Amino acid sequence: MAEKKWMPRWFYQLASPRWCYQITGKLLPIFAVAALILLVGGTAWALIYAPADYQQGNSFRIIYIHVPSAILAQSCYMMMAVAGAIGLIWKMKVADMVAKACAPIGASIAILALATGAIWGKPTWGAWWVWDARLTSMLILLFLYLGVIALNSAIESEQTAAQATAVLALVGLVNIPIIKYSVDWWNTLHQPATFTLTERPAMAMEMWLPLLVMVIGFYCFFAVVMMLRLRNEIIQRERRSSWVRELISG
Amino acid sequence: MSFETFAEFIDMGGHGLYVWLSYAIALVVIVLNIVNPLMQKRQIFTEQARRLRREKQAS
Amino acid sequence: MTNHPAEKIAVRDLKVDGPFWGALKRDLLLSYRRKSDLINPLIFFLMVATLFPLGVSPDSVFLAEVAPGVVWVAALLATLLSMDSLFRSDFEDGTLEQLLLSPQPLFMVVLAKVLAHWMLTGLPLTLMAPLLGVMLFLPADGMSGLVLSLLLGTPTLSLVGAIGAALTVGLRKGGVLISLLVLPLYIPVLIFGTASIQAALTGLPVGGYMAILGAMLALGLIMAPLAISAALRISVSG
Repeated sequence: MAEKKWMPRWFYQLASPRWCYQITGKLLPIFAVAALILLVGGTAWALIYAPADYQQGNSFRIIYIHVPSAILAQSCYMMMAVAGAIGLIWKMKVADMVAKACAPIGASIAILALATGAIWGKPTWGAWWVWDARLTSMLILLFLYLGVIALNSAIESEQTAAQATAVLALVGLVNIPIIKYSVDWWNTLHQPATFTLTERPAMAMEMWLPLLVMVIGFYCFFAVVMMLRLRNEIIQRERRSSWVRELISG
Repeated sequence: MSFETFAEFIDMGGHGLYVWLSYAIALVVIVLNIVNPLMQKRQIFTEQARRLRREKQAS
Repeated sequence: MTNHPAEKIAVRDLKVDGPFWGALKRDLLLSYRRKSDLINPLIFFLMVATLFPLGVSPDSVFLAEVAPGVVWVAALLATLLSMDSLFRSDFEDGTLEQLLLSPQPLFMVVLAKVLAHWMLTGLPLTLMAPLLGVMLFLPADGMSGLVLSLLLGTPTLSLVGAIGAALTVGLRKGGVLISLLVLPLYIPVLIFGTASIQAALTGLPVGGYMAILGAMLALGLIMAPLAISAALRISVSG
């Protein structure tokens, strides 16, 4: 009995691990080259050519790592939750694998955002850690990631683990705006609005452009790591299928 | 160019430690993220190849 | 998560002999027979609050300042501690499986179980909180804020904690994992709970905070049972 297909063709193709393995094999080099060019070029631009900030001097150059990693850590959580939801609703194995691959990347990027934020805090605020609203939200986001990773590794059955983490990620996704709002509000209650890290009235074009390059570079980097992990996961789970046998022995 | 000399570039107006530490941590995180799945891939492939050989011998 | 016709919630489910009251009565009766489970979180609550003066300082000015936070954190941890047992005994004796297979809407049964849990932990904690407030030199102005914020906040804690309990019910070492999953989600309740007490202490109106705590409870009442039911189906079938 043919069900009515109401999603585009590629959506169904994505459900096939083999098709996914092949397409990521083609996309991987493109994104790898793009990430390399953007990140190396962006770093050079950020470190050498971008002007120093008139208030913070050269410590401002940390923004080119801090902001892209903070954005990426949040997007990665979103992607994990959405992929988990697709896996729950359409029982799509590949979506489960994508969700599983997102968690460790997101956690490491959140750690990077926190570390650079703390390092930036030292010359700006005179302390390694300040309970700034954004840093605190990022710390909680890291906790959410760690919870997802812990739950995933605690459940032995792959399918159950994927479904349970998807539910947890979705609950977290609903909670993120609430957490963000409450932390922002808590922060303004406890300390008068001081100099914040990233809220700037208007960024000069020569500062903003390298930041954009770095953000896109970080996304490309994420795509590369994502695909590497996804391919591993596909091979691992499809190891009994004939095409993986051929791939390994051939 | 924001810097006149190389020494100035390293010093970053007195904030050299913070800037370079941030970029070093970023480099470490990026490299680890790339290396980890590659190592995992090699491990999976050798493991599966061994399993295939064993199955072939058994049959 | 098939769209079974029986999943639809009807008015008859809320009747006194319906699944909601049945589950509620059963859970209350069961825990009445195991009184230690009822008392342990309360003792824990008291002990945590005792540790702070011992660990930091018995100075009354200092204690009065940290009292809202200490009482709230202690209540949060006590709720968390009791969370692990919410579905565990039902899971072990197979009742949970029967509940999932029964034609009754799981939403209502889960809601009843969480309500029973709150009546046996959150409510006693709320009633006991003024005692801790007195021990920590919380000024009398803050007492009403303390009780009211706990009254509105602890049901949300039970609802969110139940999601964690449902996700980990099939695992042998669920206890620590639940805290890891649930504690980050408790942060908004903690922030607004303590803030409302502080507002009450400084004479500011507490209505806004209570409204936010109430809004979080309303959201939790609608969303959490869905997540709990989904999590239970996953945990039990896996």
